[in-house]
Amino acid sequence: MTDSSRQRVALALAINGRRHRVTIEPSTTLLDLLRDELGLFGTKKGCDMGACGACTVLVDGRRINACLALAVMQEGRDVQTIEGLAEGEALHPLQQAFVEHDALQCGYCTPGQIMSALGLIGEGRATDAAGIAEQMSGNLCRCGAHPNIVAAIAAYAGA
Amino acid sequence: MMEAQYRAPGSVDEAVALMAGAGGKGRVLAGGTDLLVQMRAGMVAPGLIVDVKRIAEMTAISQIAGAWRVGAAVTGAEIHDHAGLKKAWPGVVEAINLIGSKQVQGRASAGGNLCNASPAADSVPALVAAGAIATVQGPNGRREVPVEQIPAGPGKTSLKPGEIVVSFTLPARPAGSGDAYLRLIPRTEMDIAVVGCGVNLTMKDGTCTAARVALGAVAPTVLLVEGAAKALVGSKLDDKAIEAAAAACRAACKPIDDKRGTIVYRTKIAGVLLKRAVAIAAERARSN
Repeated sequence: MTDSSRQRVALALAINGRRHRVTIEPSTTLLDLLRDELGLFGTKKGCDMGACGACTVLVDGRRINACLALAVMQEGRDVQTIEGLAEGEALHPLQQAFVEHDALQCGYCTPGQIMSALGLIGEGRATDAAGIAEQMSGNLCRCGAHPNIVAAIAAYAGA
Repeated sequence: MMEAQYRAPGSVDEAVALMAGAGGKGRVLAGGTDLLVQMRAGMVAPGLIVDVKRIAEMTAISQIAGAWRVGAAVTGAEIHDHAGLKKAWPGVVEAINLIGSKQVQGRASAGGNLCNASPAADSVPALVAAGAIATVQGPNGRREVPVEQIPAGPGKTSLKPGEIVVSFTLPARPAGSGDAYLRLIPRTEMDIAVVGCGVNLTMKDGTCTAARVALGAVAPTVLLVEGAAKALVGSKLDDKAIEAAAAACRAACKPIDDKRGTIVYRTKIAGVLLKRAVAIAAERARSN
């Protein structure tokens, strides 16, 4: 920690509406900040190379892979993760839709699927099932729940 | 990951000075979707990361006398949402929007796609077909470089030490112009091009008056296929002219054999994509 050859940088950002100030090494990814520094384990580490989408979060409303973004790049930005959706015990309606449509088996990809779907709906691109499937192509589900995932998103989006 | 210093300068001048000061150990981060993966894999270990996402000139889209200037670090998602750019250059926009997933689009940029110098980069054939000019700034000032001159081989560019691609300029062109980009991948999304083909046409009274054709993933760098353009210009885009252009594309191919496709397959597909991309570009030119 006192190694002066290692640059550490102070960072202020909002996560789920709450301001955080942290001091981190510059190469820390947003994903590692969330999980390792802040204990927000809802955002999952799957491939850690931008292929699976398990780490999808919203930054200023735009979906990104948290594994491909440095935490220091998020200075002053607004990050939304799965932990910010439920109100106490009351699930967010999209979470509820995933439950009702049986849109998961093991659940590991689910936080990324839900955050990606919220991004997609924000983009105004959830027009029909085929479009949703295409726009969700950056989120892989190894259990193969994709049809139910699409159905849950379509039900929530009213598509 | 190796520890790197990080800077997010507010101007191109500052970014160039930082790169110069890093003595070859600097890497530009224009989105990071390639850089972070390469750092994690141990392929690169920059001493300094220069994040250009906070530089206004590099993150803006503007129109100047009919030409479009697109900052090299503008994200694919921002380009997707830009109605004016999409209307003027639908092929370029489609190509940029084929890079990675929608999440990757939230970060990735055409500047990064170009400087990563993959022969299969989706945005590059479309930019080359468009006749895009890159504005490059380095320790010796600014220069304008046709996009096709920037890739020098897989993972290599012709940029001099400390140079940064600042923006792309898509030239003004007459009414009756259209462009298109098609790629072949075994899936429908999230894959690397087996072949990519960009076509940019201008039509007047049913005759093709200008054309540029570019191919990706069939050579160490994206190719500008002048023979294909010559075959199209002056024609009514009849079958004979299009077949001649397809033959020029096949002749230009110098692909590798790999798990994505054999030399024979890639060469054949280059001609097929040319025909299909010409049809789309011509249709857009007629209605534009």
